[in-house]
Amino acid sequence: MPPTTLHTEVNGDAALVARAQSGDPNAFEELIGRYERKVFRLARNITNNEHDAEDVLQETFLKAYSHLDGFQGNSKFYTWLVRIAVNEALMKLRKRKSDKTVSMDEGIDTGEETMVREIAVWDDDPEQRYSQEELKAILQDAVQNLRPAFRTVFVLRDIEELSTEETARLLDLSIPAVKSRLLRARLQLRERLTRLFKRKGDDVFAYM
Amino acid sequence: MSLLTCKDFLHALNEYLDETQDAELRQEVEKHVNECPNCWVVFDTTRKTLKVFKGMEPQVIPPEVHGRLMERLQKKMAQRQKPAP
Repeated sequence: MPPTTLHTEVNGDAALVARAQSGDPNAFEELIGRYERKVFRLARNITNNEHDAEDVLQETFLKAYSHLDGFQGNSKFYTWLVRIAVNEALMKLRKRKSDKTVSMDEGIDTGEETMVREIAVWDDDPEQRYSQEELKAILQDAVQNLRPAFRTVFVLRDIEELSTEETARLLDLSIPAVKSRLLRARLQLRERLTRLFKRKGDDVFAYM
Repeated sequence: MSLLTCKDFLHALNEYLDETQDAELRQEVEKHVNECPNCWVVFDTTRKTLKVFKGMEPQVIPPEVHGRLMERLQKKMAQRQKPAP
């Protein structure tokens, strides 16, 4: 194995991209296989809509395919793909802006979102109490209940693990705005999950 | 005595969770949660909240969704290959 340098990715994306760029269709299909689930999750988390998420998934990979020659390899392939996907997903979200529930604006700051109501320790291992599928549904539901302004920041920062700077750039927000939205998103999710995961014995299901 | 109020703590918590290198801030957060049981709970459960999200693998894509993606892509690939020089 050659030593890993800045431009050689450990998982072999760079080699696949190079093969795809030289016209090998199997290589691009393999890249899809690697990342379609993550792109679909991102799309679903941002748009909150299965149908839109599927459109975003398709547009993302079609655009990536069309612009593959322009991919320089300065960034990781997945980071490049995420940028395309985020832009596509935001476009969908903005198109639905007439729908009042999909405002990207933060709304009036009542300070309420930074309030902490539920103070309770969690069960030792909430992950053990639910099946993987149940837990995924719980987490997805929790994210989908955030306002779009908070949801998009949380998804990019804490699920996709993009930097604050990159998130700010993609969402066209200031860095302090990203930080403040992220804090509120995190605290709201904490509230919601605490209602489910708190150590409280039998009545824990009363909240579901 | 911790210098942070509970409100300051919440804002510092964000930086803390993002692994800020500011040693003084990290120390202040740790000091505060050691002295304030409620904030300790908030600290611990927020940290766990992020942990469950980060540990989550994406769901498998429905086969029909994958099928439609591949269908569109293959069309695109075919178009691209047609005007071969």
